[in-house]
Amino acid sequence: MKKKMIFSDFFKNNGVVMGTLLIGLVSFWLIFLIILPQLSMLDYSFRFNLPPAEVGGPKDVYTLSNYEHLIYGSDSTHQTYNTVDLKVFVRTIIAAMLVTIFNIFLCYPLAYFLGQSKGSGFVRLLVVLLIIPYWINEILRAFALRIIFGDSGLLNEALMFLHLTSEPIDFIRQDIALYAGLGYAYILLMLFPMYNVIESLDRNQIEAARDMGASWVHIHRRIVIPHAKPGIVSGATMVFMLSAGALAAPQILGGPSSLWFTQLVYQWFNDSLNWQQGAAYAIVLLASTIIIVLTVMKIFKVNMGDIGK
Amino acid sequence: MSSGVAVDLENITIRFGDFTAVRDANVSINGGDFFSFLGPSGCGKTTILRAVSGFLEPSEGRVLIGGNDMAGIGPNKRPTALIFQNLALFPLMKVWENISFSMEVAGASAAERRKRADELLDMIALGGQGDKLPSELSGGQKQRVAIARALCANPDVLLLDEPLSALDLKLRQHMRTELREIQKRVGITFIYITHDQGEALTMSDNVAVMKAGVIDQIDTGHNIYDDPSTPFVASFVGENNVFRGKVKSISGNEAVVTTNRSGDLLSRITPAQVGNLKVGDDAMMFIRPEALELAPTDADSKTTITANVINEEFEGNSFSVFLEGDGGKMIKMSVPNLGQDHISARGENLSLRYDASNAVTMPAGELASE
Ligand SMILES: Nc1ncnc2c1ncn2[C@@H]1O[C@H](COP(=O)(O)OP(=O)(O)O)[C@@H](O)[C@H]1O
Ligand SMILES: [Mg+2]
Repeated sequence: MKKKMIFSDFFKNNGVVMGTLLIGLVSFWLIFLIILPQLSMLDYSFRFNLPPAEVGGPKDVYTLSNYEHLIYGSDSTHQTYNTVDLKVFVRTIIAAMLVTIFNIFLCYPLAYFLGQSKGSGFVRLLVVLLIIPYWINEILRAFALRIIFGDSGLLNEALMFLHLTSEPIDFIRQDIALYAGLGYAYILLMLFPMYNVIESLDRNQIEAARDMGASWVHIHRRIVIPHAKPGIVSGATMVFMLSAGALAAPQILGGPSSLWFTQLVYQWFNDSLNWQQGAAYAIVLLASTIIIVLTVMKIFKVNMGDIGK
Repeated sequence: MSSGVAVDLENITIRFGDFTAVRDANVSINGGDFFSFLGPSGCGKTTILRAVSGFLEPSEGRVLIGGNDMAGIGPNKRPTALIFQNLALFPLMKVWENISFSMEVAGASAAERRKRADELLDMIALGGQGDKLPSELSGGQKQRVAIARALCANPDVLLLDEPLSALDLKLRQHMRTELREIQKRVGITFIYITHDQGEALTMSDNVAVMKAGVIDQIDTGHNIYDDPSTPFVASFVGENNVFRGKVKSISGNEAVVTTNRSGDLLSRITPAQVGNLKVGDDAMMFIRPEALELAPTDADSKTTITANVINEEFEGNSFSVFLEGDGGKMIKMSVPNLGQDHISARGENLSLRYDASNAVTMPAGELASE
């Protein structure tokens, strides 16, 4: 009943021609650019990596072997686990979570400051200053960080100049550069949803709470954070998904030993030319991140609908 | 509950940069009074209230609450509770949580808070509605919740910033009575802000009338209406007919003014200006529409005005007759409806009379713009 209303309203607002065109374009985008490719990836992940001649032949049947490989490796007896890949997987998920949490703590005060000092020219300038670095493409930004974090980079030079360290710190090998790079890469996707919700908070509510004796901590806990929750979750979802799925930053900023799970996927596709195995790994990453996001949303009682706001 | 704490504003001036929003305000409010600030929008009422509640510090002067200087004391530490113009209820909290927020801040247990919230809900006739969200209440109910939330903190002074402005007319009139009753029941000092003179006059013990950051008069509603001390107050509070002229003679507290259109007219000098008004001064004389009546032929010309009728309107309980007045302004006469068909005919030349005690004269000055 309600759905119907929405549809008829949609056509009323946009006209039949425009409405059909819009729905057509969105459906095309969803079906041909998102759903079909993903479905074919899903299909790939359940098939053997066969030479072209055997594709479609009697050997081309569905299998779970690609998924088993992530868990047990090439050990067909299932006695040992594929600890190398599993470790990379768990580490990627946890690191992406940490990057997300770090971004939340960094962006919240900033978003509060920007959102509550309404419309002053100074604030608009700050926002522009935050956006401009993102005109530079991701690879360049990552390499710039590599230069800053390098052995004779800006940071080490500064630390040594201040006699805080006598030898250069290997930020790359310690993965500090990687985490900084990931944190930096998607920080605006955290900041803007937060800024938007906090800006929509009526300042009088904060003053009313203050008038009733509330401390700043209490005001944030009871008024600002509950109001900002959809924005925080929306930002966190994007940062988490994109960090877990990032490729450029780990390639450029990761230490020689540290692999990000996407790098494994990339290797299967590109180096081993085993698309079936790569697809299985990619699907596992996708499914895991979706499950984690949905679980977190459930815990914090946020609906899908709130996120779109 | 605590009763009557006095509030004093001593030489308060409040500036925002170069702009002076409030200039040298001196107000002393008795404990337990219902006190109103009345003035047009933008005259600095909210600014004064924010200085009392502690959200801003006056640039000069002192705020005293119960005799204590409030300088440097934040809003969360003052014995005041502010009801915001838009109420500022917390939309994500239930009604009872809203009401008991000040107790939550003070660390009271949930059971205590619920109990007190339910008591207050009963007081505002919303018993049993504590588990709703504010968005599920009507405008008038939200209004009462905001009052209950402010009272829950047991403030010594309740500050109300145009709290009725969002309600429709009928509800607004009903809430006037209700607010006054709540104030009498709890016995604390209410400081009320409004641009609606009807609200100020019906509810308040005392009213301060403000114009562009300056307080023109502080008095009872009755005195403000009958003895306005400036042309602004005379023209802002209620309807008034203005007659401009020069003072011809003064005897005691009565003056004869030579008006531009209606010759020499006799009136009272408004009490605040007795002694200030001199012979030869530019003066303004005010007569309320209800103080004018049709003149008998033998009426004293010193209290008689003649003018042409422009228009007549039937208002139900009265007729309004509009006559040609001074410099583009009309003279309005209000005649009670006692069964007449009409009072006048368009274009007719009418003689109106008044009692000199019902007309007040003061030095000329700025009028309130309609
Ligand atoms: N924070 C502020 N900064 C600058 N000007 C202000 C500020 N607050 C109020 N004003 C100005 O002070 C004047 C009085 O405002 P206000 O007290 O809100 O009026 P009222 O409540 O009587 O309508 C207005 O001209 C307003 O623009
Ligand atoms: Mg105001």
